[in-house]
Amino acid sequence: MTPMHVLNSYVGSPVERIEDLRLLRGKGQFVDDLTREGLLHAAILRSNVAHGRILSIETRDALDLPGVHAVLTAPDFGPSVPVIPLRLMPMPSLEPFAQPVIASDKVRYVGEPVAVVLAESAAIAEDALELIYAEIEPLPAIVDGTKAGDGQVLLVESSGTNEAAQYSALLGDVERAFQEAEYVRREKFRVHRHTALPMEPRGILAEWDQESERLVVWGAAKVPFANRRILAQQMGLAEEDIDMIENDVGGGFGVRGEFYPEDFLVPFAARLTGRPVKWIEDRREHLIATNHAREVDCEVEIACRKDGTILGLRGSAFVDMGAYLRTNGVIGPRNVAQFLVGPYLIPNVAVTASLMMTNKTPVGTYRGPGRYEADFFRERLFDMVARDLGIDRVEFRRRNLVPEDMIPYALPTVTPVEGRTQFDSGDYQATLARCLEEIGWDEKAALQGRLIDGRYHGLGIGCFVEGGGTGPRETARLVVEADGTLSVFVGTSAVGQGLETACAQIAADALEVPMERVRIYHGSTTYVREGFGSFHSRAVVMGGSAIQLAAEALKEKVREAGARHLGCSPDEARIVDWTAVTAGGKSVELAELAAEDLTAEHTFANTKHTYSYGAHAAHVAVDPKTGAVEVLDYLAVEDVGRAINPLTLHGQTIGAIVQGLGGTLLEHLIYDENGQLLTGSLADYMMPTASDYPNIRVVTLQLRPSPVNPLGAKGAGEGGIIPVGGVIANAVAAALAPFDVQPRELPLSPPRVWAMLKTAREGAIV
Amino acid sequence: MKLPSFEYACPATLAEAVRILADHEGEAKVISGGQSLMPVLAFRLAAPSVLVDLRNVPGLDRITITENGVHLGARVRWCDIESHDGLRKAHPLLVQGISHVAHYQIRNRGTVGGSLAHADPAAEMPGLAVACDAEISVQGVAGSRLIKAADFFDGALSTVLEFDEIITGIRFPAWPSGRRWAFEEFARRRGDFAMAGVALHFDLDAAGRACNAHVGVIGVCSHPCRLTAVEEVINGNVVEEDLVAAAAKAASEAVAADVTGDMHASAEYRQALIGVLVERALAHAQV
Ligand SMILES: Cc1cc2nc3c(=O)[nH]c(=O)nc-3n(C[C@H](O)[C@H](O)[C@H](O)COP(=O)(O)OP(=O)(O)OC[C@H]3O[C@@H](n4cnc5c(N)ncnc54)[C@H](O)[C@@H]3O)c2cc1C
Repeated sequence: MTPMHVLNSYVGSPVERIEDLRLLRGKGQFVDDLTREGLLHAAILRSNVAHGRILSIETRDALDLPGVHAVLTAPDFGPSVPVIPLRLMPMPSLEPFAQPVIASDKVRYVGEPVAVVLAESAAIAEDALELIYAEIEPLPAIVDGTKAGDGQVLLVESSGTNEAAQYSALLGDVERAFQEAEYVRREKFRVHRHTALPMEPRGILAEWDQESERLVVWGAAKVPFANRRILAQQMGLAEEDIDMIENDVGGGFGVRGEFYPEDFLVPFAARLTGRPVKWIEDRREHLIATNHAREVDCEVEIACRKDGTILGLRGSAFVDMGAYLRTNGVIGPRNVAQFLVGPYLIPNVAVTASLMMTNKTPVGTYRGPGRYEADFFRERLFDMVARDLGIDRVEFRRRNLVPEDMIPYALPTVTPVEGRTQFDSGDYQATLARCLEEIGWDEKAALQGRLIDGRYHGLGIGCFVEGGGTGPRETARLVVEADGTLSVFVGTSAVGQGLETACAQIAADALEVPMERVRIYHGSTTYVREGFGSFHSRAVVMGGSAIQLAAEALKEKVREAGARHLGCSPDEARIVDWTAVTAGGKSVELAELAAEDLTAEHTFANTKHTYSYGAHAAHVAVDPKTGAVEVLDYLAVEDVGRAINPLTLHGQTIGAIVQGLGGTLLEHLIYDENGQLLTGSLADYMMPTASDYPNIRVVTLQLRPSPVNPLGAKGAGEGGIIPVGGVIANAVAAALAPFDVQPRELPLSPPRVWAMLKTAREGAIV
Repeated sequence: MKLPSFEYACPATLAEAVRILADHEGEAKVISGGQSLMPVLAFRLAAPSVLVDLRNVPGLDRITITENGVHLGARVRWCDIESHDGLRKAHPLLVQGISHVAHYQIRNRGTVGGSLAHADPAAEMPGLAVACDAEISVQGVAGSRLIKAADFFDGALSTVLEFDEIITGIRFPAWPSGRRWAFEEFARRRGDFAMAGVALHFDLDAAGRACNAHVGVIGVCSHPCRLTAVEEVINGNVVEEDLVAAAAKAASEAVAADVTGDMHASAEYRQALIGVLVERALAHAQV
């Protein structure tokens, strides 16, 4: 790490978000705030059948409705319907499972686009949906990923299978480890389907300019450059002929900003009609159209020595992918395989994750993809193992954490797509120790399993790693404006995480200017040549590093320009307060130099990941009569290497924990046996509300900066959610230890907890 | 989730409102707070041709307390009940029960009449009405009538109201001093419709034994109902530990035939939950 010599110290300070003033004053601009002359509104008819053959689609009545401009079905999109390619880790063998932008012969999930209505208002467009008659012959629906493999019913007949792929994470010789082990245990776990629900659903406004043959798309988020590439290819345009413009967004969490069918349908409709077209997803649509996540069944087996040393881990996970492989769909499964080991030293590993196709909404990444699931499996298993071996469960973890002197430490390799990665730095014992100390583990341990005022108390603990900072590169361009202020252009996107603030802090420190004089431009394809977006906790690590390096280059340029003016050598020139350059008693104003195109661009390239790490602990009380779980105390400790902004980070972590608690205790996308989503509104899909989980504490540490980027920062947006399922389930198990209740499935809803307790009690009586 | 199109009427008298309903032969709907109707329209689960807004009909938003009991006009809102000075004393069970309804924003609009007409199986107001022997007053083209709460609800989201009838108010019988009461419910989150709930009250005779027990439940069956079997267990007995346990058991048994499971909870769970809630309500019953 190169140390920063700075006068400012924005980085590391709890600077208030510069975004907030705009947003709190109602001056934010979200895509639905935009309108255009001659605007048409799109509404999408979605399949109400989970699996079926389209026999006919009758659109005449809809077309006759006053105010309806057009009704489009598959044939309107050309001789062959475009298919959405995988953005991450594509392989030819996966292509048959990619999603066409609109259903033509078959529908494969409830919610799949079947027709598009364009009308003068959104209400008319929705009225017209009721006048389209799609005749769909139902086929048997596959709703259980573990049964999809029997091949009785195929989603994609030509593929011959419902298992799209298998990823394996391998290390050492697992067979031998199990043969030689003194102790083995095998368990089955399941994480349920749930997903991200940003406050603002998705939305797109597309405008085609016939004269210049250019397309502008508003509402881009997360990965605008990647989406532009896909869209350009599908529409037969050059990438330069499309501008993707980012607006304010009401949350991303992994689901917003990926390329969905609507990302093609809406721009295509704009070109076809020659009129601007807007589509705003409503909440009901969001629940069936936007990526789902997390549904995994896992069988896992562990081999240990009697002293608790882990020798091996093997298992197979069946990931319910839904009906299609979406842009980033494979990330969850491959992460389940690779991160089942967590921050622990497990020398022999063989974990496979099978991608099972089902007639449900397709899945994609959701904050902590695959890791939330894997952490639940592993940390739950560890508690069971520690109990079998008569070892304290904290001690069991201590004995098996990767020791610092073995870091950099390589994780199991993933095949078939190369997935080599290693832990970059860390003192895993330290975060565990701090977590125990902060929650008061030793004092509270006595409460465990005890009935106090009608509720059983329990503590749970879990350790985790959070990957971040994925490559390949990110570019920043810094420009000195005519008024002496500084513009910073980056290719990463704001998804509500406070990107503008963090980037402004980094730029201001690097250039030694007040933050007020820095303006951040991000997300749109018009600012920089390329950008890789905001996912895998990379925006600050990669984009921030690029800013840092570009700043060095810019300072050099400013000194050179000043030196030319002052007739001295650049070494003699000094930048003063970012207003002037001085040398030998003479000085020149920066605003004057700005005329000389003071611009610096730098690309930070990196293939190494950062690994934040830490431990979470929780104290819960379980009402045995209702099954209700109350979180009395939740504590998260994470070492993020370098906290650019402890205030925004704190908010990110608390938010992620609440999201994790929602996923663990409340949220559940429930399907019936015909593939109908039963939890189709926010009355039934229960999000945590502001009053549900008030007792959350976060400790952010900066013990071990990352050696793989100039900031020393590590990804920090996902650590809050990753361990929550395992930690809460362990706390519930500890509370109900007198009955030997072992949660193996989420969510821990009151009826499930009650039923587990009932089964345990009945088992005890028999 | 845009609303289907409809006409809007805002009559100044009840008679006119009733006439509009009658003229449209079931195609018109009253709109009160809109907190249930608007989602129904947005989801396009219903498409009435006319909405009849009662806001200009005078007198429907009044709360009156007399020796005959508590009268609530159909347009009385949850927040009106919560903030009323005399109600807490005149009918503590009512106020306590209503404090569980929905969230702040919804409580500022949702109304007594809307809730009774909507007849959600888990809604508090219908449950309180049944538990407390309330009487609902309605007005149709043919005139007005009084319907006992026990006869008013006939299924999930279903009542005996005719299409031309408007609920004008509800009367809760007077609350004697010394009455014991409790309200218990279990919801996943604050403000959610309850998975189950219990409203109960009983009086004490000279010997300190319970009498005149009323036990109403919500959320377990298709509409709110009283558990007479539980009332029989309570009546004539001193409310102590064993009785509480016996009542709880009787409650679970009483709902067994009617309780249904859904995606959120099995019938078995709900059945057990009713027992737990009756147990807690009896144990916590206060004056
Ligand atoms: C998120 C959410 C949570 C909620 N939680 C709860 C809860 O926990 N408990 C609970 O009880 N309720 C809950 N509700 C419902 C809320 O209390 C509603 O306000 C109430 O059920 C309906 O009252 P309203 O005045 O809004 O009626 P509206 O929505 O205006 O009307 C509802 C129905 O009643 C009819 N109607 C209205 N007034 C009359 C009348 N005077 N005569 C005849 N018919 C009439 C309408 O035609 C319509 O069919 C919740 C609602 C929401 C949105």
